[in-house]
Amino acid sequence: MKTFNRVFTILVLIFLYVPMLVLVVASFNNGTDPAVFKSFTLKNYRSLFSDSVLLPLLINSVIIAVLSAIISTVLGTMAALGIHSMGPKLRSATMAVTNIPLTNPEIVTGVSLALLFAFIGTTLKINNILGFFTLLIAHVTFNLPYVILSVMPKLYQMDPDLREAALDLGCTPIQAFFKVVIHEIMPGIISGAMMAFTMSLDDFVISYFVYGATFVTLPVEIYNYTKKPLQPKIYALFTLMFIIILLMMVAMNILQARDLRLSKERKMALNADRRKAV
Amino acid sequence: MSKELIRLVANTMAFDGETVLDSIDLSINDKEFLTLLGPSGCGKTTTLRIIGGFLTPTSGDVFFDGERINDLPPHKRKVNTVFQRYALFPHLDVYENVAFGLRIAKVPEKEIDDRVTEMLEIVSLKGFENREITQLSGGQQQRVAIARALVNRPKVLLLDEPLGALDLRLRKDMQQELKKIQQTLGITFIYVTHDQEEALAMSDTVVVMNRGRIQQIGTPEDIYNEPKNAFVADFIGESNILDGIMLEDRLVKFFGRKFVCVDTGFEKDEPVDVVIRPEDVDIVPEKDGQLTGKVTSVTFKGVHYDTIVDFHGFKWLIQTTDYYPVDSIIGIRLNPDDIHIMKKSEYSGLYGDYSSYSEEYEELNDPDLFPEDISEEPQELSQSAEGEEAGKDEN
Repeated sequence: MKTFNRVFTILVLIFLYVPMLVLVVASFNNGTDPAVFKSFTLKNYRSLFSDSVLLPLLINSVIIAVLSAIISTVLGTMAALGIHSMGPKLRSATMAVTNIPLTNPEIVTGVSLALLFAFIGTTLKINNILGFFTLLIAHVTFNLPYVILSVMPKLYQMDPDLREAALDLGCTPIQAFFKVVIHEIMPGIISGAMMAFTMSLDDFVISYFVYGATFVTLPVEIYNYTKKPLQPKIYALFTLMFIIILLMMVAMNILQARDLRLSKERKMALNADRRKAV
Repeated sequence: MSKELIRLVANTMAFDGETVLDSIDLSINDKEFLTLLGPSGCGKTTTLRIIGGFLTPTSGDVFFDGERINDLPPHKRKVNTVFQRYALFPHLDVYENVAFGLRIAKVPEKEIDDRVTEMLEIVSLKGFENREITQLSGGQQQRVAIARALVNRPKVLLLDEPLGALDLRLRKDMQQELKKIQQTLGITFIYVTHDQEEALAMSDTVVVMNRGRIQQIGTPEDIYNEPKNAFVADFIGESNILDGIMLEDRLVKFFGRKFVCVDTGFEKDEPVDVVIRPEDVDIVPEKDGQLTGKVTSVTFKGVHYDTIVDFHGFKWLIQTTDYYPVDSIIGIRLNPDDIHIMKKSEYSGLYGDYSSYSEEYEELNDPDLFPEDISEEPQELSQSAEGEEAGKDEN
């Protein structure tokens, strides 16, 4: 059974990572046919970084990802605080509503947002409403539940007395949040922000329905590229994106592990005293 | 007597329709050490949180220095709290935890430094300034929590079971230290605990609470010597509680015999609860006893023996330094001072019978644990015991 488990795990990993590996190898291939590895080269990366179309689009993607991550983190944290202070019934209802967009097919979200924007455009008589702001609003919308979901558990874990202690020592509720509560839920806020950033950076489906000619993000443009034969510099671009996302994920995991260790230590210190007391 | 500082008038608190506090009236004087004592769920912490401003009573008023403060938020109240689980800020070190309130109040840096240093000295934590909170033991965290509250020089310090998580020795030391700090600084302490010994040892005034109501308010001596009802008598120390009839002033009848006591002010032939403290009973040879009984169990408790004596079906707890073996027949004598008479209350018959005695009699006698069993048994037993005793006397 143990060997079976191992073999199975390795198989799963192979299926997950072989496509990525092929892509990485192809990005360093000095030939046009991905099936044949001719020789090692960096020329694909060179041509990527001198590309006048792809690079600005990458910057567009990063701008949208950073802005939507910041906005959704602020809004999501505020929402989480609000939901946390609700009564149990209202809270679970709100959480259910919040979670629906997560399971909702992206294409449905995309189309409905596109319809909404079109409706607003006609009502307010704005031509070409689709562009930077519609893209940003759409990204903030689908990022919000991820932030809420990663901040909520931190709020539950936090000793509720901490906030009261801050109020007791003279803090206004807002001071109590910035001086005490935010420090306690920071790991959740950071992982929520990182999640929002990665989700936004590689989103294609929703973006495809709400982008305008004035502002295009990289995944949307790449989709247009795939209609023609792929250029090898795209492989280089994908490899870079894969590595960026991978690094973000590793960073998130390290942060979470550290946080877990810290809270465990704190609990153990408390428990040790309890045991002595018995 | 110093002047009144806090007054609660008819405070009722209900959560989701469940009444946690039932019309509490309480007056707290300046510089007083007042303890709210009671079992868990009695409403003592709720009362504390109302004073701290974390809860607004469903109905009733809260006055501080004559001013109504029902809607005053916690950060504007001149009280500070020591929380049960300390609630120290983990992202700050010891110094910054203590300095927290002063920084919020924008006290000048030099004064902050002086006051924090002075406070850390008072709680014997000099040299711990730069320690992280996670590096401290429970006792040290407790001291930081006390320093953090007291450094703001509050008029009132609220303490919510502050010693609950400490071991026995540390708890005793901290009790003395807290009392000393309270007297030196001249601050009103409102202390919540379920530990009756702690309450008796530290307080000027003890408020005994149960089921959202105040059962008795008094000095520790009053509460122990003159309990108002069976709940108080049982919760504060150990008590044998018997059914009796008050024949006239200073004369009570129980177990078919008349006893001289010191209590007055009852109706003629009024049914009463008779309290006899286990340590007040004198054991005498069988022939000299006012009552005779058989020893059924003896437990060595260090200073004394817990001796359970069966008086024809009703079992008493007697604490004695002499050893009487199981099955020996002993007599007892009661002086008028040893007998305390209480009016009948909703708690009559629920407490004070040691028939179900075991090592853990405190838990077993708790009606909240076995509400149905206990409420019926003792009454029947005490009646039958009375009947038997009476019958025997006639023979």
